[in-house]
Amino acid sequence: MSLEPLVEIRDLNFTYDSRPVLTGINMTIPRGKVVAVMGSSGCGKTTTLRLIGGQLRATSGSVKVGGQLVNELDGDGLYLLRRRMGMLFQFGALFTDMSVYDNIAFQMREHTDLPESVIRDLVMMKLHAVGLRGAHDLMPSELSGGMARRVALARAVALDPMLILYDEPFAGLDPISLSIIGELIRKLNDVLGASSVVVTHDVQESLKIVDYVYFVSAGKIVAEGTAEEIKRSKVPYVHQFVWGEADGPVPFHYPSRPYGDELMERAAQRG
Amino acid sequence: MDKTVLPALRNLGQKVTARIWRLGYASRFFLAMLLHSGTALRRLNLTIREIYFTGVLSLIIILVSGMFVGMVLGLQGYDTLQRYGSTEALGVLVSLSLVRELGPVVAALLFASRAGSAITAEIGMMKATEQLSAMEMMAVDPIARVVAPRFWGGVISMPLLAALFSAMGIFGGYLVGVQLIGVDEGSFWSQMQASVDFREDILNGVIKSFVFGIIVSWVAVFEGYDAEPTAEGVSGATTRTVVTSSLAILAADFILTAFMFTGT
Repeated sequence: MSLEPLVEIRDLNFTYDSRPVLTGINMTIPRGKVVAVMGSSGCGKTTTLRLIGGQLRATSGSVKVGGQLVNELDGDGLYLLRRRMGMLFQFGALFTDMSVYDNIAFQMREHTDLPESVIRDLVMMKLHAVGLRGAHDLMPSELSGGMARRVALARAVALDPMLILYDEPFAGLDPISLSIIGELIRKLNDVLGASSVVVTHDVQESLKIVDYVYFVSAGKIVAEGTAEEIKRSKVPYVHQFVWGEADGPVPFHYPSRPYGDELMERAAQRG
Repeated sequence: MDKTVLPALRNLGQKVTARIWRLGYASRFFLAMLLHSGTALRRLNLTIREIYFTGVLSLIIILVSGMFVGMVLGLQGYDTLQRYGSTEALGVLVSLSLVRELGPVVAALLFASRAGSAITAEIGMMKATEQLSAMEMMAVDPIARVVAPRFWGGVISMPLLAALFSAMGIFGGYLVGVQLIGVDEGSFWSQMQASVDFREDILNGVIKSFVFGIIVSWVAVFEGYDAEPTAEGVSGATTRTVVTSSLAILAADFILTAFMFTGT
């Protein structure tokens, strides 16, 4: 059992409004590993994450988490499974009407009968792990972007999940916060014995911490491998992405008619 | 002819079906909310917190408006009644207008714009900032945890606010009629006491305000939950809450009045 990977995605297709978003996705997230799903904005990375978390249902194919088929679970089964998952949302998604402390205590209060004194110890431990024990009575509006992300991270691991999902954990952070979050993702994964899926377009930061990478483009996996293999990849799209080149297989221009034609036409119109 | 009429017809049909579909969706949402109300009623502190936000914080606007409406009723009522030489019936006029009609309706309209819009904006923003999604991923149902307590908070607050509105209005009518103009105090109160029936007038008014509370709270939580998760979407939803619930209150008021006060 323990050798079986935690997440297995097989021949996954997902269509939204008859537009294919993901086609033929196969992914394996082994236990204890941090796996990145990379690609440009709108390529279907976040959709993959939502399919794993069961917020979307696959059109065909299977998504298996901890031996359970996510796409066939009913509402209650899904909620039971989610108690063992944690998710970090792109901008933290902290509950703005609760303090930092209450945000982290939220799931403990909802799902357990623990006395408040135990909850307090647990919350302080989680906050200590992200270095924000002193900020427990602040409101989310009083936090900087980097601090909010760390609080959200502490909240995601509040119930010691087996699987942690990260949606763009590096978006909009300064370089210091960036490496703090990167290190925390790795550390929390290893300390908790969890597995992590990191959806990101931040190549440099994530390649430092992940074990394996899937590259998604236009809803398909175009490359996969370890960080080193990805850096050396000859796939043109991956090369353009990793080295941040402005033009390549992903064109600089939004699809349009040749500029020459358009100019000639306007000249003709003017007579 | 075909070219101009057909697209217009198609457009109209599309709009009508979209409206009906949305009404159906809102009804299913209402049922889901009732089914998931267990948490809101079991953990009363969640609902009490919402009663504070929707009810207690609406008190000032409700009390002040009630006072002014009652004062205007006192002036207008006196002006009309004195033509027939029956100014001592002023108390009856003020109190019946308030408990049967103005109390529930005006309080509900104020409640829709003060508390309903706030509920929509709050839930809409929670959706736009992925807080509702986050809650779902934490295996906590946002309909049970966020929506239902706000709904019940509104439903409980509304009749209480309407009652306070009417009480304040009667006091305003008394100030203007008795203290300012000089209508006889004894007949003002005694006629009121003799003519206002508890079941016919007061209870029916309470039923009205209860129904209005359901309408406003339902529209407010639905519009918030269904809002497009953008700044524009949330502002549109807030406007729709005020417009839809105001129209629904006035329409429901007509229907309820037609059934309740048959003139017997």
